[in-house]
Amino acid sequence: MAETTSGKSIHLRIWRQKRGEQKGRFENYTVKNVLDEMSFLEVLDLLNEDLARQGQEPVEFDSDCREGICGTCGLVIKGVAHGPGSGCTTCEIRMRPFRDGETVTVEPFRAGPFPVIKDLVVDRTPFDRIQQAGGFVAANVGSAPDGNAVPIPKEDADKAMDAASCIGCGACVAACPNGSASLFVSAKIAQLARLPQGEPERKRRAWAMVNQMDAEGFGDCSNHGECEAVCPKAISIENIAVMRREYLKAFIGGSD
Amino acid sequence: MTSIATFAGSSVGKKVFVAVTGLMLFGFVVVHLLGNLTLLIPDGGKAFNEYAHFLESLLHGWLIIAFEVCLVAMFLVHAIFAITVALVDKQKARPQKYSLVRAAGGKSHKTLASRSMILTGPVILIFVVLHVKMFKFADHPLVTYHGTEMKDLYSVVVDAFKTPWIAIAYMVVMALLGTHLWHGVWSAFQSLGWNSDRHVTFLTRLSVVAGVVLGVGFLGLPPYVYFFAATGGH
Ligand code: FES
Repeated sequence: MAETTSGKSIHLRIWRQKRGEQKGRFENYTVKNVLDEMSFLEVLDLLNEDLARQGQEPVEFDSDCREGICGTCGLVIKGVAHGPGSGCTTCEIRMRPFRDGETVTVEPFRAGPFPVIKDLVVDRTPFDRIQQAGGFVAANVGSAPDGNAVPIPKEDADKAMDAASCIGCGACVAACPNGSASLFVSAKIAQLARLPQGEPERKRRAWAMVNQMDAEGFGDCSNHGECEAVCPKAISIENIAVMRREYLKAFIGGSD
Repeated sequence: MTSIATFAGSSVGKKVFVAVTGLMLFGFVVVHLLGNLTLLIPDGGKAFNEYAHFLESLLHGWLIIAFEVCLVAMFLVHAIFAITVALVDKQKARPQKYSLVRAAGGKSHKTLASRSMILTGPVILIFVVLHVKMFKFADHPLVTYHGTEMKDLYSVVVDAFKTPWIAIAYMVVMALLGTHLWHGVWSAFQSLGWNSDRHVTFLTRLSVVAGVVLGVGFLGLPPYVYFFAATGGH
């Protein structure tokens, strides 16, 4: 960063927690010289450089690609998962909408199945276990077929693609008043349910993935729809309706 | 292997039970309101009393008993599963609360109505118990139309709604019922998987209309009776 005095001052109220088992609390910090075009994570980088210089523990947070494609980052900023006016990931949040001198509360994604590892980093491995319960095609479907050899209606292909854009960030869980993982799980189920490759294991998959989601301790979906509003990939709650149909069909028709 | 126990205990299954019973109760409330509209006929309560008498005499009174047993069962199933969803599982899924929560806006369906289901629901349930006690198990005077003697339920209703606090309490609870349906109706369709991007706008609007029409329809009755019904008019 070039030395400048033209930037904003941002007061950060950040959740600090040394270890999962220990109690956490909010700490207040101020970052100066924040430029409009900086990303929110860069502000945290600045803060951490300051903290390191002062010999203090930096604030731990997750990020990887920093361009909205990997799903690693995830903070609750000003009470909204992935930040206010979202529809993008935390790493895509820029500082322009923040006011000079504003106090910004930063919390981790909070859910029982997502325990805090440290500060703002949570453990999202329950998503992996749900995926392992059935979010795949085990049947050998051969090598990639010729284009259009397997006709798939345009709408199904589009909707499967939309569902497949889920990056598994967990913001749906974080935003859900009930801590439900329904949007994530439904995206995985609906993606494969709409395609012929997913057909053979369709019932078994819906049954296993929903039950794994429940076993992980996520809440039940009450159709508030906050998940869709914060989803960086704008995944529709239509998928949750699909998941419920699939699960009902599996229950009525037998999962195998 | 699927099992009914797994299904009923699953996040999807619980909401299916809530939705199915909710829609049935919704249907009941619609019919109830239609029946109550006979209160508006200025005939000293004849139509209303005859309608009540007609319901009570179906299959020598057995139909209404069977129906009431079903209603009680629906209320219980609806309440038990809804409480599990909205209190028990919710608490487990987020033991550590946020210090700050703001509405995400945009495509969210979260409203005051959706967030208060767990408050409006129990109020309505308590109301139903008191309501049944007040009207069904009241000491009904008798009235005779064309040689048929029947309970004069109408006079019990008029007496009740001529009491301002009862009329006002009824209106408040009916407003809450409208709020409950505002989120409840479309939510039931979504819970049954009976929704898509193409239908979501229609369903959410239908839900709002249902909430407003039923809420206003019911809460309009006490003031109507209070202002326009004659006491002991026959
Ligand atoms: S860091 Fe990859 S999506 Fe934000």
